[in-house]
Formats: sequence, C-alpha cells, structure tokens
Amino acid sequence: MPVLMDRERMSRTLTRIAHEIIERNRGVDDLALVGVRTRGVPIARRLAATLGEIAGREVPTGALDITLYRDDLMMNAVGPQPIVRRTEIPFSIDATHIVLVDDVLFTGRTIRAALDALIDFGRPQSIQLVVLVDRGHRELPIKADYVGKNVPTSLRETVQVRIEEIDGRDEVVIEPAEKGPA
Amino acid sequence: MSDAATRLRGKDLLGIADLTAAEITLVLDTAEAMKEIASRPIKKVPALRGKTVVNLFYEPSTRTRTSFEIAEKRLSADTLSIAIASSSVVKGETLVDTALNLEAMAPDIIVLRHGSSGACHLLSRICRAAIVNAGDGMHEHPTQGLLDAFTIRERKGRLAGLKVAIVGDLLHSRVFRSNILLLTKMGADVWGCGPPTLLPPGLEQLGVHPTSRVEEAVRDADVVMMLRIQLERMQGGFFPSLREYFNVFGMTPERVALAKPDAIIMHPGPMNRGVEIASEVADGPGSVILDQVANGVAVRMAVLFLLAGGGEHVAAA
Repeated sequence: MPVLMDRERMSRTLTRIAHEIIERNRGVDDLALVGVRTRGVPIARRLAATLGEIAGREVPTGALDITLYRDDLMMNAVGPQPIVRRTEIPFSIDATHIVLVDDVLFTGRTIRAALDALIDFGRPQSIQLVVLVDRGHRELPIKADYVGKNVPTSLRETVQVRIEEIDGRDEVVIEPAEKGPA
Repeated sequence: MSDAATRLRGKDLLGIADLTAAEITLVLDTAEAMKEIASRPIKKVPALRGKTVVNLFYEPSTRTRTSFEIAEKRLSADTLSIAIASSSVVKGETLVDTALNLEAMAPDIIVLRHGSSGACHLLSRICRAAIVNAGDGMHEHPTQGLLDAFTIRERKGRLAGLKVAIVGDLLHSRVFRSNILLLTKMGADVWGCGPPTLLPPGLEQLGVHPTSRVEEAVRDADVVMMLRIQLERMQGGFFPSLREYFNVFGMTPERVALAKPDAIIMHPGPMNRGVEIASEVADGPGSVILDQVANGVAVRMAVLFLLAGGGEHVAAA
C-alpha cells in the first residue's frame, strides 16, 4: 500500500499551494475559499490559516455539499444513499475570486456539480480549483489550477486521502479498489 | 457505520409507525441541509430533476399542500396538484380508479391527503410510485410529526428526555398520533391532555401519560403543543361550549408560566385563537408556530429526496 504523502509532505504541499494562490492572485484581496464536503473542507480551512499567516488577514472560508447536484443520483435505486450535509457559505460570492478546494480530482464530475452549486449562490469573478491529488481519468473537460501531486493511477486502484480532522491522521495512499460496480 | 441509517427502508412514507429511530434521525439530519437552501438567492437544487410528483388532496388544505408544492419545486421535480372539487372524483370515480389512472401516467411520487384512515396504505399496495401520506383520516400525518420534531430539536438540541405536553382534541388528531409515535421512539416524556371525552383509550400502552388537568401536563414542560379543536367534528357534544373549553384547557399566559421558562409553544395550524390558544401565547416570545411552517418545507424536501432521489453513492471523488 504505497504512501504518496505523509503528514509532513502534506503540510509542505499546502504551504506551497498557498504561496501559489497568493502569487497568482497578487494577494488575497476579494479571495474566498470553498471546500467541497467532506475532505475538501478541512483542507480549505488549513489553506485559509496559511494564507492568513502569509497575508496577515483572514480569508473567508465556506463549505459546499454537492450531493443534490450529483449526476448519478438517479442511476441506481438500491445501495446506500449519499447523506446530504449542510452547505455553509456565510459570505457573498458576487465579484469574488473563489478558490474551490477538493481532495482528489478524478472524473471531474464532483467539480462539475460543485460549479453548478456555486453558481446558484451568485456570480463570482472567477473560480479556481485546488486539489491535493490529481489521479487522472477525467470524463469532463475540467482541470485544476493548483495540484498537490499528480499521481498516475489505474482504474483498479483508489486514492484515499485521510485528514486528521476527520480520519485521525494525515496521509494519502493508493489502495486496491473494493469490489463494486465497475 | 454503526446503527446510523443511510436510507429509508420502505418505498413509501405511510406513517411514523414504520420508521426506526435511526431513520427519523436521518430525515431530520437531511432536513437540516435542506433548510439552508431557503436562504440562498436561488432557492432551487436539481436533485429531483425529471421526477414527477402528483399532489392528490381529497381534503381542503392550504398549509400542507403549499408546503409540499414548494418543497417539490425547490428540488426541481415536475409537480401537479389535483384539487378534488374540479376532478373526476365529483363524477363518482373511486380512489383506487383515480390512483390507477394516475399510475398509468408513471408519476414517481404521489402525495395523498384523504379523509379515510388507511387510504395511503391502500394506494401503496396498488401503485409503483412512492406514496407520501399527507394526512389520512384520524390515522397519521407523518410529515407534520417530523417537522414538529425538527423544530423541537432545532430549539432544544435534542428530543430525548424532554417533557412534551400535547393539549387538545387527541381523539380525532392524526397529528397527535404521529407525534406520540415519533416522540416516544426518540425518548421524550410525552403527556397527552384533553377533556375525558377527547382522550383516546390506551395511551399508557403507547408510553404517553394521559391527564385531563392541563396544569399537570404543562408543569415543567419543555414543549407545549396545542392541537386544534376541530370545529367540524364537534357535533358530538364532547364538551359543553367553546368558551368553557377555553376556560378549562385554553393555553393562557398563566398556564404557560407553569412550564419551564424557556419552553416553546407549538401549534400545527390552523389556529382557533381564543379556543385552544390565547393570542398572547400564539404571538408570544416562546411561540415557534411560524418556525414550524418554515421547517415544514425543509422536512418535506428531505422526505421526497430520501424516497426518490437516492442512488448509489459512488465512492470515488
């Protein structure tokens, strides 16, 4: 079970991405972070903390649940349903530069859903995308602006991101996919 | 996953009786996420896009029907509401025939309000569509029970251990039945209070404390829920007069003062001011009556989504 990222590596990666965000946006003016539930949320909060340290002021941070925007909701009537959780965007996104944060970029369908969900909250000036891991196999024309690590994978593998706030430790590992619908 | 539910087991929502405590918690948790949608500039999500929902209301209803319609529209379902007065029911069509005809047009969900207890169970057996009970006779009104529980949990943070006093016409009330089934399942201490003629027998077996002394029911209560005196059902001489009813059972500020200082006052509506509840109480600081209405939309969105919107959760991101 290869470990792609340990705690220290993850921390350095997020610090590097925070600097890239500041470089590209020339600071943090009109910037806001939105994490995609579940693991995008703690990652966004950590990025916000680092951005705050570098820029000396707080960057608004929200959480987005995309369950109600999924394109696979109706595909199969059996099996566990995705649990809908709260979306919390306690600021206006109009005219802001939104930095969307997720753990793994795979087919791109989650991000497609997240873009639809975000647009329902207003008209941001721009939307940029941060992912901790890009594992390839895109099914939609979507690409990340900031990537923690590019990892070529097989479809028989899954990439597991574990975040201390949720899973008790920080790591990214590749695991064989569980048997399920191909 | 421990014993947390991730889906409803049944195809329908016929009553609280069929739900487990874990399923009730799932509906309430999902409703919390749905409630946020009402605060967005665009109050609509695509979760039930392409699903058809028929609202079939055999009894007059403003609040419940409007609430279901708004919930359906916010989930992007295609909806139509059939008002019985202008339908073929007035030409003598039976409920079963109406349902079979609707079923032939392949709706995904039928929301049914009917004057006969068990009407939803009947439809459930003959329809592929999911049936949502919006009130059947004197049996159940499950979405009202769920929205009441949601409102209590929102204010009190929990249901278990709370003293809930339900005062009014308990005999004819489907709201009462759904509420006691739900609240006892969730571990609340439920008191039922009304004139002896309006107290159904067997409440103790359901885990409810029956009383005809409103002061006893309300004392130290966390929640005081008033039920409507159904004026249309009061031909049977259940009590001498409306004025007497108000004197003995009406919720006045003096009686509310017996409850806990932070007690909340609930009423499923429509209210008879001056019969079961004084205006000072209905409009008072502890009143959450309009919260109940707002929460009704969120809870119905949760129920509709859980019945029709579920698909397999693809683990990959």
